[in-house]
Amino acid sequence: MSANTDRTFERISLVCAIGVVAVVFLIGSVLLWESSPVFQKLGWRLLTNSQWDPVGEEFGLVPFIYGTLVSALLALLFAIPFSLGIAIFLTELSPDWLRGPTAFLIELLAAIPSVIYGLWGIFYLAPWLRQSVEPLLIQLNLPLFRGPAYGIGMLAAGIILAIMIIPIIASIARDVFQAVPMHQREAALALGATRWEVTRLAVLKYSESGILGAIFLGLGRALGETMAVTMVIGNRPEISLSLLAPSHTMASVLANEFAEASGALHLSALAAIGISLFVITFLTNAAARFLVWKVSGVAVAGRRE
Amino acid sequence: MAEDKIKVADLNAWFGSHQVLKDIGFSMSEKTVTAIIGPSGCGKSTLIRCFNRMHETVPQARVSGQIQLSGKDIFREDPVRLRQRVGMIFQKPNPFPTMSIFDNVVAGLRLNGVKDKSRLEAVARQCLIKAALWDEVKDKLKDSGTSLSGGQQQRLCIARALAVSPEVLLMDEPCSALDPISTARIEELIHELRPNYTIVIVTHNMQQAARVSDFTSFLYMGELIEHGETKQLFTNPREKRTEDYITGRFG
Repeated sequence: MSANTDRTFERISLVCAIGVVAVVFLIGSVLLWESSPVFQKLGWRLLTNSQWDPVGEEFGLVPFIYGTLVSALLALLFAIPFSLGIAIFLTELSPDWLRGPTAFLIELLAAIPSVIYGLWGIFYLAPWLRQSVEPLLIQLNLPLFRGPAYGIGMLAAGIILAIMIIPIIASIARDVFQAVPMHQREAALALGATRWEVTRLAVLKYSESGILGAIFLGLGRALGETMAVTMVIGNRPEISLSLLAPSHTMASVLANEFAEASGALHLSALAAIGISLFVITFLTNAAARFLVWKVSGVAVAGRRE
Repeated sequence: MAEDKIKVADLNAWFGSHQVLKDIGFSMSEKTVTAIIGPSGCGKSTLIRCFNRMHETVPQARVSGQIQLSGKDIFREDPVRLRQRVGMIFQKPNPFPTMSIFDNVVAGLRLNGVKDKSRLEAVARQCLIKAALWDEVKDKLKDSGTSLSGGQQQRLCIARALAVSPEVLLMDEPCSALDPISTARIEELIHELRPNYTIVIVTHNMQQAARVSDFTSFLYMGELIEHGETKQLFTNPREKRTEDYITGRFG
C-alpha cells in the first residue's frame, strides 16, 4: 500500500516537473510556428532591415533589438553601482538592527507591479526629466543628448528599468557576499586592511563571478520588462543615438501592437520578435544562473512579476 | 633578558555578556616563542586575537585591560597600523582564491601602496624563501594560491604575513588542519623564524607546544593558570591543574 502511494506521489511530481518544461517548449514552438510565414517571406532581411511599417508590409526587427539592448544596458549602467553599494552596506557595514528592515524594503521594491512604476514614470519621472534634467543635458551638446526634451524616451526607460532591477541585483549580490567565508575577511584584516580594503580584497574579488551572475539576472529582467517600459519609452521604432529620443523595445512593441495587428504577416512578424526575445532572455538567464551557482552554490529562484 | 615585547595586564574579554578572558597578565620577551595551551573553549584563540585587536571586529565583542607592544598601549593605536606590525596565521589556511601565489604574497604590500614591480618581486621571493615554500612554487608563481596542498597553502599564508615585515607573528592553531608531515614542516619553520620574530602560537597539541616554544601559558576557563618556561611547565608544573591537564587527566 505505502509503496503504491509512494509511486503515485512520485508520478504526480514527475508530471508537474515535466509539465513546466513542456510549457516552455510549447511556447517556443508556437512562436516558431507563428513566425515562420514572415521568415519565409523576408528571410534574413528581417534581421537587417531597420524599417517597421506594418501597413506597407515592411518588417525589420533592428530598431526593437537596438531599443531593447540599449535600454537594458543603460539600466545596468545606473543600477550596478547602486546595487553593489546596497549589497556592500548590508553585508559589511550596516549595524545589525538596520540590516533586516533595509533588506526587506529593498526586496519589497521587486514586488511593486511594473504598471505602477510605469505610472510613476509618466506622472513624475518624465515631467521631471523634461523640465529639469534634459535641458541641462542638451546644453552639454553631446551626440547622446540631441533633440527636443520629450521627457518620455530612452533615458526615462533606462531609469525606470534601473529602479526595477536594483532589488534583483542587490539581493543576489548580498547573497553572494554573504557566501564569502569569514576567514577571507579576516585574512585581509590581519594584513592591515581598512574596511574598504577588506571589501575590495576579500569580498569583491572573491565574488567576481557571482556579481557578474547577479548583473546578468538583472539584465535578463531588464530585457524582458514590458509594461513600465512601454509606458515611458515613447514607442517609436527608430534608431537614434540620442538617449532623449523616443524608442521602442521588443517587449513594448508586442504589448502595443499584438492586439491590433493589421494582418497575418504583421502577426507573424510580432511572433518573430517574440521568439528573438525568448532566445535572448533565455540565454542571459542561463548564463547568469550558471555564474551565480558556480560561486555561491546558492540556487537563485526566479524573480519575475 | 631583553625588554618585554608584549606585556598583558588585567586583560578581560567578552562576547556579549559571556566573559571569555579573566584578568590575564603575563609578558613575552622579544624573539621568543610562546605557546598557549588549554582545553577547547578556554579562551586561547580569543587571547591572541586581542593581540592584533581582531577580537573587537566581532559584533558584541568587548575587551578591557592593557596590552603593551614594545611599551606602547595597543588599544590607543590605529588597529590597521597595529595589524601590519602583528601578523596572524589562522587555523585554516586562507589564501585569497582568486589571486595567484605571487599576488597572495604581496597583497599586504600592495595595500600599503607599493607598486614598484622589482621591489614586489624581491619581497615575494624573500618571503617565500623564509616560509620554506620558494623551491616548490618558484616555477608557478602565476598559478592560483588554492592550487597548492593544505600545508603549502599554510606556508603561503605565512609568507603573506611576513611580507608586511611584522614584528610579532600570531599563530592560531596553524597545524590543526594539516597532516603530520606538513605539521613538521611548519614546526621547523617556526624554529627558523624565531631569531627574527616574536611568535605566539595557540595549540591543542601539547607535544607541539613542548617542541616549538620557549615559554608556555596554560589557560583554563578564561584564566591564566600558569605561565613559565616550557621545560619547567612540562616537567615540573607549579599548579595542580596544569599537571592534570598535561598528563591528560582532563581537557
